[in-house]
Amino acid sequence: MSTSTFDHLTPEQIEEFGEEMDALRQRLVADLGEADAAYIRTVVKRQRQLEIAGRALFYLPPAWPAAVAALSLSKIFDNMEIGHNVMHGQYDWMGDPGLNSRMYEWDTVCPSEQWKYSHNYIHHTFTNILGKDRDIGYGILRMDEDQQWRPYYLGNPVYAFLLMVFFEWGVLLHDLEVERIAAGEKTWAETKHLHRGMLRKVRNQTLKDYLLFPAVTGPFFVPTLIGNATANLVRNVWAFNIIFCGHFPSGVATFSREETEDETRGQWYLRQLLGSANITGSRLFHVMTGNLSHQIEHHLFPDLPARRYPEIAPEVREICERYGLAYNTGPLRKQLGSVARKILRLALPTRTPSYDGPEVVGEPAAA
Amino acid sequence: MGLAQTLLRSRALEALTSPHGVDRYLEIANPMWAAREVRARVVDVRREVDVPGHPPVATITLQPTSTWRGHRAGQHVQLGVEVAGARRTTRVFSISSPDSRAGDRFTVTMRANPDAPRDRQSVSRYLVERAPVGTVVHLSQAQGEFVLPNRVPDHVVLISGGSGITPVMSMLRSLQRRTHRGRVTFLHYAQSPDHQIFAAELDEVRRSGWGIDVHLLHPELGDPALSPAYLERLVPGYRDVPTWACGPAPLMSAVHAAYDGSEALHVEYFKLGTARPDGGAAGEPADGTVSFARSGVDVGNDGGTLLEQAEAAGLAPESGCRMGICLTCTTRKTEGTVRNVLTGETSSQPDEDIRICVSVPCTSTALDL
Ligand code: FES
Repeated sequence: MSTSTFDHLTPEQIEEFGEEMDALRQRLVADLGEADAAYIRTVVKRQRQLEIAGRALFYLPPAWPAAVAALSLSKIFDNMEIGHNVMHGQYDWMGDPGLNSRMYEWDTVCPSEQWKYSHNYIHHTFTNILGKDRDIGYGILRMDEDQQWRPYYLGNPVYAFLLMVFFEWGVLLHDLEVERIAAGEKTWAETKHLHRGMLRKVRNQTLKDYLLFPAVTGPFFVPTLIGNATANLVRNVWAFNIIFCGHFPSGVATFSREETEDETRGQWYLRQLLGSANITGSRLFHVMTGNLSHQIEHHLFPDLPARRYPEIAPEVREICERYGLAYNTGPLRKQLGSVARKILRLALPTRTPSYDGPEVVGEPAAA
Repeated sequence: MGLAQTLLRSRALEALTSPHGVDRYLEIANPMWAAREVRARVVDVRREVDVPGHPPVATITLQPTSTWRGHRAGQHVQLGVEVAGARRTTRVFSISSPDSRAGDRFTVTMRANPDAPRDRQSVSRYLVERAPVGTVVHLSQAQGEFVLPNRVPDHVVLISGGSGITPVMSMLRSLQRRTHRGRVTFLHYAQSPDHQIFAAELDEVRRSGWGIDVHLLHPELGDPALSPAYLERLVPGYRDVPTWACGPAPLMSAVHAAYDGSEALHVEYFKLGTARPDGGAAGEPADGTVSFARSGVDVGNDGGTLLEQAEAAGLAPESGCRMGICLTCTTRKTEGTVRNVLTGETSSQPDEDIRICVSVPCTSTALDL
């Protein structure tokens, strides 16, 4: 495993840390109400307006860039601040079927049902446990020293680039575990229950973006088609970059199966904290990331409304400081640079035992 | 159905608005526009009964969206409101107005639920006491089999108690509108004349005759309680006369006893959404039973999480993280008070989705499992 920075804590201290997190959680739950409901409804409204505006502006050829911008933003809001968060059950308490984790379907090719399984269950429960959390490298990249190097990984940067460009398709195929099928650990037939849902969703999404909407703009069929594809691409690139900054900047810890067996609640919180990284930025930036710029707070409290993460971040950070725990954060450029370096570095076999630069970025609190 | 509705429900529009659906866009423009969902605007709230010291009763007039398919007298509707714009709570109410057609206005009549604590959300209390005209509520289509047949029999008996009068009032009004020529015996039990819902209208009906016998009874003031002897006196051979009855449990058991399994009797049960509002506090001894309705299994509550209790009972509900974050185990709770072990929050709402891995039952609880 890499960079464990909690050796100085006694088991009792770890549980105390967990209790502080639980208390924070309870305070937030008790406070949920009108403001949270109003917020998410406003975001949904803006997203729908942007979408309608984007679709309509394709009738006006000179406004093509504006149309693409509006549609890209719409898809980003839909997938991140609305889709991702609603599907975490963050707004289930509202009792609104339109904002319910079981019913929400998002504007991307991956069926929400399948994503919820691999994301809410696998990734959020087994965060950063090698061999369990399939989000470490998504089965195609080498994102951790402890992943055994193979010549295949020489292509690491190329695979990462392709995953970025085709991100929504990568997310769609995630559940198939193609790499395990290739390795003979799983058969194609075992993925059969996923196929129908995938095909239906892919059909609906491609029909809409690549046939129907271009068709209804009549003579502008081709510009609309290209515009829609561009909007999907923009969303792919944005989502990929934000998400990769969540767990892969250097200094983020990974864990082994053994050390996380029989984990207590305090240890679980600790793993969530040490396995995530934040990005600093403006308010608009946070909203555009679906508040995943507060990946740490999100991993501590995945089912609480994301708009609360910035609000509690100072408190979480203060608690971390008291326990001498690293709180990994930094501006987008820094976190991205760190991720990019890691992708390149891990394409080659690990040069033991040295590594370039300090492992813990951000401002680790002094122990 | 107008051209607009046909268009709104077309496959083409559905494909274009996928995956969200047409309604998610329409509601932004105007909550009263809908292609499939049903909503309504409150157009009038009228107090029916207002006795100091007792919960008031009011009739709410609703203008539904054009998606409302109408109702048959005796049916009920699920009505959801968002108090203060946040949590939506849904309850079932009987419709009190006569049969309605698609898009027609209709009324629901309800008593403000006296058991609901002030700070919690009570749909009836909100609608009766606070909802301003213009409030938009969420509806289901009309539901229920407690309805008059298309060919109304010559003689009909309608029995009700308390606010159970609403569905039979809808029937009575429909019979009048359909110019039913037969006889109607209308029996209603209330606490006192002051508590009588629809008093003026019933008085009018009684005086105008038209083959409708209205009996308003107040047993607390000495009127006869419902008994076979009393029914026999009013309606000789009543067991064979088609009868519709709706009211509180004691009245309903008297009705059942009096009709003794007769096929002429039709009843409506109210599922009262008022489980113990106090719930149970942490550390209280576990009691009650846990019923897994779909599997037909009942077990004694052992105080563990519902997921553990289900597994101990030999069921295999879906689960993932077992710590409340992945939502895999979400199950509908139809009855009972449960406590969330993460937050300590208790909730008693019927028909609520809960994460069974972090919920322990405080009272007898029923799950759709
Ligand atoms: S099993 Fe994951 S929320 Fe219950």
